[in-house]
Amino acid sequence: MRKLLSRRGLGTEGVLLGILLALCVVLSLATDSFLSVQNLFDLLNNQSVNIIFAVGLVVVLIAGGIDISFAVAASVVQYVVMTLLIDHLGGGGWVVGMALSMLTGALLGLINAFLIHRFRIVSIIVTIGTFNLFFGLLMYVTGGVSIYDVPDWLYYAIPLLDLPAERGSATLYLPAAVMAVMVALTWLILARTGFGRSVYGFGSSPEAARRSGVSVWKIHAFAYGWLGLCAGVAGLMQAHIVQEVVPNALIGQELTILAAVVLGGATLGGGRGTVLGAVLGVLLLAVVQNGLNLLGVTPYAFRMIVGLIILVAITTSNLGNLLPRSTRAKNP
Amino acid sequence: MSDIAIRARHVSKVFGQSRVLDDVEFELRRGEVLCLAGENGCGKSTLIKIINGVYTPEPGVEFTFGDETLSAISPLEARSRGIHVIWQDLALFPHLTVAENIVFDDYVARPWRPLSARRALDEARAIIARFGLDLDPAARVEELSIAHRQLVAICRVLRAGASIIFMDEPTASLTYKEVQSLLDITRSLAAQGISIVLVSHRLAEVLDVCQRVTVLRNGRLVGTYPTEGMTQARLSTLMTGLELEHTPRASAWKGAPVLELQDLSREGEFENVSFTLHRGEILGLTGLLGAGRSELAHAIFGMTRPTGGQMFKDGKPLKLRSNRDAVRHQIAYLSEDRLNLGLVQNQSIEMNSAVTVLPALEKPRGFLSPGRIKALTAHWIQELKTKVSDPTLAVSSLSGGNQQRVALAKWLATEPDVLILDCPTIGVDVGAKAGIFEIIRELADQGMAIILISDEAGEIWMNTDRALVLREGRVACEIIPAETTEEALEAVINA
Repeated sequence: MRKLLSRRGLGTEGVLLGILLALCVVLSLATDSFLSVQNLFDLLNNQSVNIIFAVGLVVVLIAGGIDISFAVAASVVQYVVMTLLIDHLGGGGWVVGMALSMLTGALLGLINAFLIHRFRIVSIIVTIGTFNLFFGLLMYVTGGVSIYDVPDWLYYAIPLLDLPAERGSATLYLPAAVMAVMVALTWLILARTGFGRSVYGFGSSPEAARRSGVSVWKIHAFAYGWLGLCAGVAGLMQAHIVQEVVPNALIGQELTILAAVVLGGATLGGGRGTVLGAVLGVLLLAVVQNGLNLLGVTPYAFRMIVGLIILVAITTSNLGNLLPRSTRAKNP
Repeated sequence: MSDIAIRARHVSKVFGQSRVLDDVEFELRRGEVLCLAGENGCGKSTLIKIINGVYTPEPGVEFTFGDETLSAISPLEARSRGIHVIWQDLALFPHLTVAENIVFDDYVARPWRPLSARRALDEARAIIARFGLDLDPAARVEELSIAHRQLVAICRVLRAGASIIFMDEPTASLTYKEVQSLLDITRSLAAQGISIVLVSHRLAEVLDVCQRVTVLRNGRLVGTYPTEGMTQARLSTLMTGLELEHTPRASAWKGAPVLELQDLSREGEFENVSFTLHRGEILGLTGLLGAGRSELAHAIFGMTRPTGGQMFKDGKPLKLRSNRDAVRHQIAYLSEDRLNLGLVQNQSIEMNSAVTVLPALEKPRGFLSPGRIKALTAHWIQELKTKVSDPTLAVSSLSGGNQQRVALAKWLATEPDVLILDCPTIGVDVGAKAGIFEIIRELADQGMAIILISDEAGEIWMNTDRALVLREGRVACEIIPAETTEEALEAVINA
């Protein structure tokens, strides 16, 4: 097993996938409801928001930064977009709503990027600041009041795929498709463009990147802006799923998602992490939670177990490090 | 085609009040390996940065490339003429693969062109093969040794079309074998018409590989000399302007035994090492990097536990559980990694000097006395002739030689009987080296027992009473410098 996993190219993602599959097998045997199309679709529907957040966050981590303001930024986006749409645009539609969410989210992300870049403040400090600022402003302006009266287009779930299942039918909804698009886009940029590789380069060695002519502002703007954009999209999807906008619905999510992304092989030091890893990290935590649920473990144990998984992942830095190095330097 | 790759004349540079370079002339031939020598602060880096287009020199400068003469050079111009610098830190991306590092410039030049990992691998492979190097293009740079990373940096500039390569201290952290293979590579690059400028502190290897050496001192050109017939002693005189003595230490008075090792072993590191160290003695510990020198020192300093054998201090058995224990037994160890382990770079000179003896500086108990710290620092600054403008400044503001004096002071403050010096002259200028060794010899003359670890045969030969040559963790032989020549000692070390 060890030998199999240590083959080159498997790395963190391979280990994660292995654990995820093993977990799925165990849960399929232990419960009769885990291995069903319905449960799989539920998992994807429910995790689409988290995965959209995660692929945004992994970009920031790869670039050597961190952002904890994105979840509250998503709440701000929900409010700003809903208020604009309802009060000024007569309700709008999917296109306008999506565009506005992306724009507002990206703008909030660019505020972080600007502060980090212009004043050379450590990203965690800046985003702790904006985390409080965004959330404080949101609570102050809204007075903590939720919006229940969302436009019709947002209210009704849009099924994409309907399969007959044991109990009624299993349906895959729009957020899953949006998630797939965001995952694909982020992957394309990071893995298949020179710009994406220079984001890795910058995270790996900022000084070397600077000397190679990489524009530091572009990297910062892209990383935090892209996370903001993802947060905007995720915010819209979350509002769509729950059919309402609640100001404190997302706060607290940032740490869970950060943990999932770190589990997926990203480090706070930068230069490491992949889109696939981030997705697998979210899915692993989700499957654990789902499995515990199906096994009838009390929900009070969830956090504890999630916490343990995170600690194990962080102490081993990333799971690939548990295995012997596959490519040692050859000595001449 | 002219055989001159680049000639720069009348190069001067003024920073504020100080003239860093004064009318220097620099000439590099095509396919030549040239050494740029000089002490820290002599203007080497400034000259490189001017030729590389980073700094703008004072007016009057002339750059000649073949028949063309330019009066200014921009970074872009320098690039287009194939001028590249490999700085000591290499500026690589550790998390990326070798191939990605080699083609990284493409990522910056054409950020939105779709990538193919295979194409990067193929291109990297082509470069590696063209210059006959030994590199796996799919490996991550963080997994490579320093020597291999160096090759990656070389491939990167070669791919960018380098015809003039400046290498800043390329051999600083390489083992003897790695140095030899790097020097072979420079020779073969030169044979293909690429001009190489080496900046190095290791005079022996410079003389070995370079055809000519350009010496700078205090911002002025001392001259450019063929290396044929040049000796290390003459070169250091040219660099420092001082006649440095070059004789073995006159074996002085030798006192009572203070530290005795009997068959000390640590699995995988060193085996059956025995010696007796006397007061007033300087014992050399030499051998190639990885021969077990530092590992042995770590065991004597209590940082690792030996797996076999015994140690005695002043005749009594010595068992150390930690390096605090070793300090209590008056053993001190000056780390080879001054930058990261020896000193806390961004702390003040005062705090760095005091850190080993903090309990003694408390008054009242539990509270450090600023007065005592100041007094201690002042005492050692005077004793070791450290050049310090303000002891409250960060230690990083000092030159290598003066930093080493602070690191020495910190250990001397513990009043050790046994002082272990692990490569005390790394990153220290030729002139400052002599000063450090003068201090070391004086300490021995005052009765301290000193273990000097070094891989430079010259240092061992000039400064020790006897030297143990380690090879693969075992003592290969014992040598009395006064009874042999430096060259013979060097041959034994590298055997």
